Amino acid sequence: MSGTSDSVQNNIGPKRLVVGAHYGLRDWLAQRVTATVIGTYAVVLFISALLAPEPGYGGWAGLFAATWMKVFTLLALLALIYHAWVGVRDIWMDYVKPVGVRLALQIFTILWLVGCGVWAVEILWRV
Amino acid sequence: MSELAKKSRPQFRNIHVTQLVHYRLPAAGVMSILHRISGAGMFLTLPIVLLFFDWSITSELSYARLMEVFDFTIVKLLLCGLAWAFLHHLLAGIRHLVSDMHIGLAKEQSAAWGKGVLIGGVALSVLAWLKIFGVF
Repeated sequence: MSGTSDSVQNNIGPKRLVVGAHYGLRDWLAQRVTATVIGTYAVVLFISALLAPEPGYGGWAGLFAATWMKVFTLLALLALIYHAWVGVRDIWMDYVKPVGVRLALQIFTILWLVGCGVWAVEILWRV
Repeated sequence: MSELAKKSRPQFRNIHVTQLVHYRLPAAGVMSILHRISGAGMFLTLPIVLLFFDWSITSELSYARLMEVFDFTIVKLLLCGLAWAFLHHLLAGIRHLVSDMHIGLAKEQSAAWGKGVLIGGVALSVLAWLKIFGVF
Protein backbone atom coordinates (compact mmCIF):
# COMPACT_ATOMS: atom_id res chain seq x y z
CA MET A 1 0.00 0.00 0.00
CA SER A 2 1.17 3.51 -0.70
CA GLY A 3 0.10 4.61 2.73
CA THR A 4 2.33 7.60 3.02
CA SER A 5 -0.32 10.20 2.30
CA ASP A 6 -1.15 13.05 4.68
CA SER A 7 -4.32 11.38 5.82
CA VAL A 8 -2.39 8.54 7.35
CA GLN A 9 0.33 10.63 8.91
CA ASN A 10 -2.07 13.11 10.48
CA ASN A 11 -4.39 10.49 11.95
CA ILE A 12 -2.21 9.97 14.99
CA GLY A 13 -2.93 10.70 18.63
CA PRO A 14 -5.62 13.29 19.32
CA LYS A 15 -6.11 13.84 15.57
CA ARG A 16 -7.06 10.22 15.02
CA LEU A 17 -10.30 9.83 13.10
CA VAL A 18 -12.49 7.67 15.34
CA VAL A 19 -15.81 7.86 13.55
CA GLY A 20 -16.95 9.31 10.30
CA ALA A 21 -19.67 11.78 10.94
CA HIS A 22 -18.64 13.58 14.14
CA TYR A 23 -22.20 14.10 15.27
CA GLY A 24 -21.79 12.42 18.65
CA LEU A 25 -21.21 15.57 20.70
CA ARG A 26 -23.66 17.64 18.69
CA ASP A 27 -26.46 15.12 19.21
CA TRP A 28 -25.58 14.64 22.87
CA LEU A 29 -25.91 18.40 23.40
CA ALA A 30 -28.98 18.74 21.19
CA GLN A 31 -30.68 15.95 23.14
CA ARG A 32 -30.23 17.93 26.36
CA VAL A 33 -31.18 21.33 24.95
CA THR A 34 -34.32 20.01 23.26
CA ALA A 35 -35.25 18.04 26.40
CA THR A 36 -35.02 21.23 28.47
CA VAL A 37 -37.27 23.08 26.00
CA ILE A 38 -39.85 20.26 26.05
CA GLY A 39 -39.74 19.97 29.84
CA THR A 40 -40.13 23.71 30.32
CA TYR A 41 -43.02 23.79 27.87
CA ALA A 42 -44.73 20.89 29.66
CA VAL A 43 -44.52 22.71 33.00
CA VAL A 44 -45.78 26.00 31.51
CA LEU A 45 -48.66 24.23 29.76
CA PHE A 46 -49.58 22.29 32.90
CA ILE A 47 -49.65 25.41 35.08
CA SER A 48 -51.49 27.43 32.40
CA ALA A 49 -54.13 24.72 32.13
CA LEU A 50 -54.56 24.66 35.92
CA LEU A 51 -54.94 28.46 36.00
CA ALA A 52 -57.27 28.63 32.96
CA PRO A 53 -59.99 31.25 33.54
CA GLU A 54 -62.79 28.82 32.73
CA PRO A 55 -63.13 25.02 32.70
CA GLY A 56 -63.79 23.00 29.54
CA TYR A 57 -63.28 23.97 25.93
CA GLY A 58 -63.20 27.75 26.36
CA GLY A 59 -60.36 27.85 28.84
CA TRP A 60 -58.33 25.16 27.07
CA ALA A 61 -58.64 26.48 23.52
CA GLY A 62 -58.15 30.01 24.85
CA LEU A 63 -54.64 29.05 25.96
CA PHE A 64 -53.63 28.50 22.34
CA ALA A 65 -55.29 31.64 20.98
CA ALA A 66 -52.35 33.82 22.00
CA THR A 67 -49.57 34.05 19.43
CA TRP A 68 -46.83 33.54 22.03
CA MET A 69 -48.43 30.22 23.05
CA LYS A 70 -48.72 29.11 19.41
CA VAL A 71 -45.05 29.94 18.87
CA PHE A 72 -43.97 28.32 22.15
CA THR A 73 -45.99 25.21 21.30
CA LEU A 74 -44.42 25.02 17.86
CA LEU A 75 -40.91 25.54 19.27
CA ALA A 76 -41.51 22.74 21.78
CA LEU A 77 -42.77 20.54 18.96
CA LEU A 78 -39.73 21.26 16.78
CA ALA A 79 -37.56 20.42 19.80
CA LEU A 80 -39.57 17.22 20.26
CA ILE A 81 -39.09 16.26 16.61
CA TYR A 82 -35.32 16.69 16.80
CA HIS A 83 -35.21 14.97 20.20
CA ALA A 84 -37.23 12.02 18.91
CA TRP A 85 -35.05 11.80 15.78
CA VAL A 86 -31.87 11.50 17.84
CA GLY A 87 -33.44 9.00 20.25
CA VAL A 88 -35.15 6.80 17.67
CA ARG A 89 -32.09 6.81 15.43
CA ASP A 90 -30.08 5.59 18.42
CA ILE A 91 -32.50 2.69 18.73
CA TRP A 92 -32.09 1.76 15.05
CA MET A 93 -28.29 2.07 15.30
CA ASP A 94 -28.22 -0.17 18.38
CA TYR A 95 -30.50 -2.97 17.24
CA VAL A 96 -30.77 -2.90 13.44
CA LYS A 97 -27.56 -3.89 11.72
CA PRO A 98 -28.50 -4.49 8.03
CA VAL A 99 -27.83 -1.15 6.32
CA GLY A 100 -30.84 -1.33 3.99
CA VAL A 101 -33.32 -2.03 6.76
CA ARG A 102 -31.77 0.64 8.95
CA LEU A 103 -31.98 3.20 6.15
CA ALA A 104 -35.62 2.33 5.52
CA LEU A 105 -36.43 2.74 9.22
CA GLN A 106 -34.57 6.05 9.37
CA ILE A 107 -36.48 7.34 6.35
CA PHE A 108 -39.74 6.20 7.98
CA THR A 109 -38.74 8.01 11.18
CA ILE A 110 -38.04 11.28 9.36
CA LEU A 111 -41.27 11.13 7.35
CA TRP A 112 -43.26 10.24 10.49
CA LEU A 113 -41.81 13.14 12.49
CA VAL A 114 -41.92 15.77 9.74
CA GLY A 115 -45.48 14.68 8.92
CA CYS A 116 -46.45 15.19 12.57
CA GLY A 117 -44.77 18.61 12.54
CA VAL A 118 -46.65 19.79 9.45
CA TRP A 119 -49.93 18.52 10.88
CA ALA A 120 -49.26 20.34 14.18
CA VAL A 121 -48.71 23.65 12.35
CA GLU A 122 -52.00 23.17 10.57
CA ILE A 123 -53.81 22.42 13.87
CA LEU A 124 -52.26 25.31 15.77
CA TRP A 125 -52.95 28.02 13.21
CA ARG A 126 -56.52 26.88 12.71
CA VAL A 127 -57.51 28.05 16.19
CA MET B 1 -2.59 -9.11 7.46
CA SER B 2 -0.46 -8.68 10.57
CA GLU B 3 0.05 -11.34 13.24
CA LEU B 4 -1.99 -9.23 15.63
CA ALA B 5 -5.12 -9.35 13.54
CA LYS B 6 -5.02 -13.13 13.18
CA LYS B 7 -5.03 -13.85 16.90
CA SER B 8 -8.31 -15.23 18.13
CA ARG B 9 -9.71 -12.98 20.80
CA PRO B 10 -12.69 -13.40 23.08
CA GLN B 11 -15.69 -11.58 21.69
CA PHE B 12 -18.11 -9.73 23.92
CA ARG B 13 -21.27 -9.14 21.97
CA ASN B 14 -24.65 -7.82 22.99
CA ILE B 15 -26.77 -10.49 24.59
CA HIS B 16 -29.22 -12.20 22.33
CA VAL B 17 -32.95 -11.52 22.62
CA THR B 18 -33.59 -15.08 23.82
CA GLN B 19 -31.21 -14.54 26.75
CA LEU B 20 -33.02 -11.45 27.99
CA VAL B 21 -35.27 -13.25 30.47
CA HIS B 22 -32.32 -14.95 32.17
CA TYR B 23 -30.44 -11.70 32.51
CA ARG B 24 -30.72 -10.06 35.92
CA LEU B 25 -30.88 -6.36 35.18
CA PRO B 26 -30.19 -4.02 38.12
CA ALA B 27 -32.69 -1.27 38.95
CA ALA B 28 -30.68 1.32 37.04
CA GLY B 29 -30.75 -0.98 34.02
CA VAL B 30 -34.51 -1.43 34.23
CA MET B 31 -34.92 2.32 34.56
CA SER B 32 -32.65 2.86 31.56
CA ILE B 33 -34.34 0.42 29.19
CA LEU B 34 -37.73 1.80 30.23
CA HIS B 35 -36.41 5.27 29.35
CA ARG B 36 -35.87 3.96 25.84
CA ILE B 37 -39.13 2.01 25.65
CA SER B 38 -41.18 4.96 26.94
CA GLY B 39 -39.53 7.21 24.36
CA ALA B 40 -40.22 4.77 21.54
CA GLY B 41 -43.82 4.45 22.71
CA MET B 42 -44.35 8.20 22.68
CA PHE B 43 -42.74 8.41 19.24
CA LEU B 44 -45.18 5.83 17.87
CA THR B 45 -48.26 7.36 19.52
CA LEU B 46 -47.42 10.94 18.54
CA PRO B 47 -50.08 11.03 15.80
CA ILE B 48 -52.73 9.86 18.29
CA VAL B 49 -51.74 12.62 20.71
CA LEU B 50 -51.88 15.15 17.85
CA LEU B 51 -55.32 13.86 16.88
CA PHE B 52 -56.52 14.32 20.46
CA PHE B 53 -54.96 17.79 20.52
CA ASP B 54 -56.66 18.61 17.21
CA TRP B 55 -60.08 17.63 18.57
CA SER B 56 -59.45 19.39 21.87
CA ILE B 57 -58.92 22.84 20.37
CA THR B 58 -60.71 22.86 17.00
CA SER B 59 -64.25 23.51 18.20
CA GLU B 60 -66.72 23.12 21.04
CA LEU B 61 -68.19 20.18 19.14
CA SER B 62 -64.92 18.33 18.55
CA TYR B 63 -63.99 18.96 22.21
CA ALA B 64 -67.23 17.30 23.30
CA ARG B 65 -66.51 14.39 20.97
CA LEU B 66 -63.04 13.99 22.47
CA MET B 67 -64.53 13.87 25.97
CA GLU B 68 -66.80 11.05 24.78
CA VAL B 69 -63.79 9.21 23.34
CA PHE B 70 -62.03 9.65 26.69
CA ASP B 71 -64.89 7.72 28.32
CA PHE B 72 -63.78 4.47 26.67
CA THR B 73 -61.76 2.35 29.09
CA ILE B 74 -59.27 1.38 26.36
CA VAL B 75 -58.61 5.08 25.69
CA LYS B 76 -58.25 5.74 29.42
CA LEU B 77 -55.67 2.95 29.59
CA LEU B 78 -53.81 4.49 26.64
CA LEU B 79 -53.79 7.85 28.43
CA CYS B 80 -52.55 6.14 31.61
CA GLY B 81 -49.73 4.55 29.63
CA LEU B 82 -48.81 7.84 27.98
CA ALA B 83 -48.83 9.63 31.34
CA TRP B 84 -46.43 7.06 32.79
CA ALA B 85 -44.24 7.12 29.66
CA PHE B 86 -43.95 10.90 29.81
CA LEU B 87 -43.27 11.07 33.56
CA HIS B 88 -40.77 8.20 33.58
CA HIS B 89 -39.00 9.63 30.53
CA LEU B 90 -38.90 13.06 32.17
CA LEU B 91 -37.43 11.79 35.44
CA ALA B 92 -34.92 9.51 33.68
CA GLY B 93 -33.95 12.50 31.54
CA ILE B 94 -33.42 14.69 34.59
CA ARG B 95 -31.17 11.95 35.95
CA HIS B 96 -29.11 12.23 32.76
CA LEU B 97 -28.73 15.99 33.23
CA VAL B 98 -27.63 15.49 36.85
CA SER B 99 -25.20 12.73 35.80
CA ASP B 100 -23.74 15.11 33.22
CA MET B 101 -22.72 17.30 36.14
CA HIS B 102 -20.86 14.30 37.58
CA ILE B 103 -23.28 14.02 40.46
CA GLY B 104 -24.38 10.62 41.76
CA LEU B 105 -22.16 8.46 39.59
CA ALA B 106 -20.99 6.02 42.29
CA LYS B 107 -22.25 2.45 42.20
CA GLU B 108 -24.62 2.71 45.17
CA GLN B 109 -25.93 6.08 44.02
CA SER B 110 -26.54 4.67 40.57
CA ALA B 111 -28.73 1.94 42.06
CA ALA B 112 -30.55 4.56 44.13
CA TRP B 113 -31.19 6.61 40.98
CA GLY B 114 -32.63 3.53 39.30
CA LYS B 115 -35.05 2.82 42.12
CA GLY B 116 -35.82 6.51 42.67
CA VAL B 117 -36.74 7.16 39.03
CA LEU B 118 -38.78 3.94 38.79
CA ILE B 119 -40.72 4.67 41.97
CA GLY B 120 -41.02 8.40 41.30
CA GLY B 121 -42.35 7.77 37.81
CA VAL B 122 -45.01 5.39 39.05
CA ALA B 123 -45.89 7.60 42.04
CA LEU B 124 -46.49 10.64 39.84
CA SER B 125 -48.33 8.42 37.36
CA VAL B 126 -50.73 7.25 40.06
CA LEU B 127 -51.85 10.85 40.48
CA ALA B 128 -52.41 11.11 36.73
CA TRP B 129 -54.20 7.74 36.66
CA LEU B 130 -56.57 8.80 39.43
CA LYS B 131 -57.33 11.97 37.48
CA ILE B 132 -57.86 10.05 34.23
CA PHE B 133 -60.32 7.68 35.93
CA GLY B 134 -62.09 10.65 37.48
CA VAL B 135 -61.31 9.90 41.13
CA PHE B 136 -60.69 13.60 41.70
